Amino acid sequence: MSEFFHMGGYAFYVWSSYSLAAVLLLVSWIQPRLREKRLRRDIARRLRRSKR
Amino acid sequence: MRPKQRNRLILAIVIVLFVAVSAALALTALNKNINLFYSPTMIVHGEAPHDRVIRAGGMVSEGSVQRDPDSLQITFKLNDKVNEITVKYTGILPDLFREGQGIIVQGKLAPDGTIMATEVLAKHDENYMPPEVEHALETAKQMGVANTKKD
Amino acid sequence: MSIIPNWLHRLSSPRNFYRFAGTVSDWCGWIALVLIAIGLYYGLVNSPPDYQQGDSARIMYIHVPAAWMSMFVYMVMAGAAAVGMIWRIKAASAFANASAPVGAMFTAMALATGMLWGKPMWGTYWVWDARLTSELILLFLYLGYMALQSAIEDRDTAARATAILALVGVVNIPIIHYSVEWWNTLHQGATVSKMDKPSIHISMLIPLLIMALAFKFYYFSNVLRRARCEVLEREKDKSWVQELVRGEQP
Repeated sequence: MSEFFHMGGYAFYVWSSYSLAAVLLLVSWIQPRLREKRLRRDIARRLRRSKR
Repeated sequence: MRPKQRNRLILAIVIVLFVAVSAALALTALNKNINLFYSPTMIVHGEAPHDRVIRAGGMVSEGSVQRDPDSLQITFKLNDKVNEITVKYTGILPDLFREGQGIIVQGKLAPDGTIMATEVLAKHDENYMPPEVEHALETAKQMGVANTKKD
Repeated sequence: MSIIPNWLHRLSSPRNFYRFAGTVSDWCGWIALVLIAIGLYYGLVNSPPDYQQGDSARIMYIHVPAAWMSMFVYMVMAGAAAVGMIWRIKAASAFANASAPVGAMFTAMALATGMLWGKPMWGTYWVWDARLTSELILLFLYLGYMALQSAIEDRDTAARATAILALVGVVNIPIIHYSVEWWNTLHQGATVSKMDKPSIHISMLIPLLIMALAFKFYYFSNVLRRARCEVLEREKDKSWVQELVRGEQP
């Protein structure tokens, strides 16, 4: 198992690459979801205000 | 297709063509400067400048690597299958450095044609295979099987 | 003749697109997740180290698909932007806008993993050779597209300006691809797209192709999510959007 994490001495480069890719994919995954939530909230708020 | 749309389509095509042509012209004009390195043949023919730092690329000649026992200095020959130049370098080598490996050195060209390198970079090939396959290929080549198997 | 345009017509209504994009995005997302899991297993566990590069060659399973995606997304983006500009189709412009950040993300991934691969193998993180430089220019093209798009207030003007930038940048794609053949570079030549058979062993080709497929599905999933936001923003005054958000907490 430790041999697996050691990656033949290239642990730093291999694991940095894979974790960096994971972070980028996650950020890109979250971004539109946050934006959509914010958008819908703003539209709902404006709607409520205009009705009053 | 309405005339307005046709005009815009033509505009799009013209943009792509125009940029492609200008890029082709610019890149052709810059051709030599875009090359990352000089080959040994170019250096032997005197195409590389002596007054500034250059890069040279080629294969490390088999059996040419000499390490200085007292320091990190190393001397080796670089070839492109036609011509050969000598390189002197002091420092740490990349993991892929070995005889027969394609490498790129950066340094100044001495008057005698030797490169006094300050940096050595390894260029790896586009082949990817497990060590066992490489071993099998080597064995096959030595036995002369590789050539007959192709047919 | 009558069925397909009808179906397409219904899809092109923003409300139906919004719903449809959400469903397709979810499906593509799940497929991408499964493929990434399989790809990681093959790439990290069930594949041999390289004969020269050892285990560092495993970076290839991220780096190469990301680099392919960086070019693929650009071509899709430029095509969509051109269609949006020529026929004034808003959905196409929205799709191009949604593609830019995903493409930039894949380009950054290709550059960063390439640097992390270059340090141990070449001996340097970066070198200004034709391949690396043209890939960096691609990142700037994506960032320029996004900056231009957000800088111009009027949507139609923005669509026109970004489409022209995207079309100008198309010239960079063949330069990236052929840079390793046209000039001397530190970067090695193409492995998989060579005309004769690819010079990569099958045990290493499998994880590479699985990851490439996974990234494609990820892109479609992600770009549709982003396109949904664009639609929502454009249509915020329409009744269907207001119905959609009714009852949501402010």
